[in-house]
Amino acid sequence: MFDGTQRRIVSMWFPRLPSDRVLRTCPTDRPFALTLRAENTDRIYCLNAMAEARGLHRGMPFAQARAFCSDLGHAPADPVADARMLAVLRRWATRYCPWVGRDGRDGLALDITGSAHLAGGEQAMLDDMRGRLARAGFAVRLGLGDSPGAAWALARHGDGRGGERAAPGQGARALAPLPVAALRLDEATSIGLQRLGLRRIGDLVATPRAPLARRFGPNLLTRLDQALGRQPESIAPEPDPPSYVTRLTLPEPIGLTADVMAGTERLLRALCDRLKAQEAGVRVLCLTLRRVDQASRQVELRLAAAMRDPARILPLFARGVDEVEAGFGIDQLRLEATQVEPLPVAQIGRMQVAQDRLENLITRIGTRIGLENIQRFLPADSHIPERSFLIAPAAWSQPEAGWSASLPRPLRLFAPEPLVARGSTPPARLRWRRMALDVTRAIGPERIAPEWWLDDPQWRTGLRDYWRIDTRQGRRLWMFHTPQNPGWFVQGEFA
Amino acid sequence: MPFPLRPARVHEACGPGATGFAAVACAQAQGDLIWIRESWQAETLHPVGLSAFFDPSRLLVAQARNQIDALAVAEDALRDGSVALVVAEFSRALDLREGRRLQLAAQAGGSTGLCLIGEGMGSNAAETRWLCAPVFDPQDKAPSTRMRWEIIKNKSGTVGAWHVRWNAEAHRLDVVSPASQ
Repeated sequence: MFDGTQRRIVSMWFPRLPSDRVLRTCPTDRPFALTLRAENTDRIYCLNAMAEARGLHRGMPFAQARAFCSDLGHAPADPVADARMLAVLRRWATRYCPWVGRDGRDGLALDITGSAHLAGGEQAMLDDMRGRLARAGFAVRLGLGDSPGAAWALARHGDGRGGERAAPGQGARALAPLPVAALRLDEATSIGLQRLGLRRIGDLVATPRAPLARRFGPNLLTRLDQALGRQPESIAPEPDPPSYVTRLTLPEPIGLTADVMAGTERLLRALCDRLKAQEAGVRVLCLTLRRVDQASRQVELRLAAAMRDPARILPLFARGVDEVEAGFGIDQLRLEATQVEPLPVAQIGRMQVAQDRLENLITRIGTRIGLENIQRFLPADSHIPERSFLIAPAAWSQPEAGWSASLPRPLRLFAPEPLVARGSTPPARLRWRRMALDVTRAIGPERIAPEWWLDDPQWRTGLRDYWRIDTRQGRRLWMFHTPQNPGWFVQGEFA
Repeated sequence: MPFPLRPARVHEACGPGATGFAAVACAQAQGDLIWIRESWQAETLHPVGLSAFFDPSRLLVAQARNQIDALAVAEDALRDGSVALVVAEFSRALDLREGRRLQLAAQAGGSTGLCLIGEGMGSNAAETRWLCAPVFDPQDKAPSTRMRWEIIKNKSGTVGAWHVRWNAEAHRLDVVSPASQ
């Protein structure tokens, strides 16, 4: 229209998307409702046609609905899953045209300009959509018009018996009998219009524009012009999420490790090119090797850092590929990046090369003992010796500076080992781990109070007075006395 | 004293002061460090205590399930050569084959290895073996780190014993005269 072509838009409306989504998997022949808890009340979020026929409606308190309808089946609503379902439907709808956008929480808008003939005409396309969605278990209402606004109005307020399709150029006539609410107006505006006696869109078109704009603001006329196609309105199509899967099918099965690695390298190159185009790096890779006998073997590679350099990743596969039993041969390789992180292009320096080598080492060790078992220490702000540091997996943390010890601390810590001693000063002789030790010097006490805001079973005995003990035999121990609950314990050993 | 340890070789330390010996070896090494231990062992390293010797942010700790895994991780890390020092704690005696494999990996990768072993559990493939024990000397200042390091096996040198003390201010190892009894 604006560039000489007639736009044709289909609007799909799924009036019962949430309940249809649930009932697809477990169909029922009873009334059914989804409930959503808001403001401490369970209210009906969505319901099936049978429940509607029994007089229930959305927003009704669930307890009341149960009173009306004792055999009401119900399930909790999940708006996130509904949004995911709509995204799936949006992707499905690209089978009709490439230009599909989401429209609210329960609708889609398809720009089928120039693609209707591929389905055998507009009517055939609408019938096809209706048939396929009905088979998938979705109630749907369709509208076809010259603009997104007209299609929206026809889908939601058309009569549903063929009147939901406006012929090209006939949008104004098709919209005329529809109520003003079909213009996507807010409730106050449509009620105000009805009070003035303007119930249909046709009435609104015939009314002078200036007084309307003065009374209801510019939004009303914008919506009217959009529905009649006088003002452009765009559909926002969404890009498909990039897929990081590559596959290689072989005419003859292979079995040698070197051959599989060569195939993997080819897949890895293609995958890394795709990652590079998206400025992403892979964190977890999954290589699926399908054998001739249809069994498949998987090799998972968890990397210590996001990376996309095939030369670095390939050697890390060597161990996993080597363990695979090839059987009668492998005829398909599939490489998927199952976890991807953004990885912007960075300047490569000498430090970076050393960092890369360390990450490769962490990955290689991680394939054997598990990536989370390679850890590093991070400083923590606590006086409690056990909590003065954190242990974090090295692959998901950065080294942190800020280690400081105002008083000497032992090199080794262990669970407190009780001693036979009494009194609040260290004993002159003690037995520890079947050794008789003579105390020659005791430095302390250093009193550490438990953190009352954390209930630590180890610290239920209360305050601790820590002593550093030098013994004549050489061992230097870190002991504490619990004055509130008398007892002596050894907790660490110094260098 | 043959310390710092000869690079690209695997050494062993035993005795009650082996942890202190490893901490000093870590402090002398330039670069990243990896400390391999078996995850079932209850005694843990205390990084705040290690910070008197070196910066614990250089340290990675690998928790292996058993000694087989610990050996494999140590061999990987030594052969890779991206860490300066590999410290591995072993609970079982190493036989000649395991010790030799570690030694060859260290020579190939250029990393130095240090195995912390129980007394009398050394393998013949080690370059040096140190018996370390803390020592008390009444003349030392209060928080003393005086240790007696005795070299009980040396492939390319003589054996001997030294009294040393870690100087935390200067980050330096001082060799001191033996304690007067």
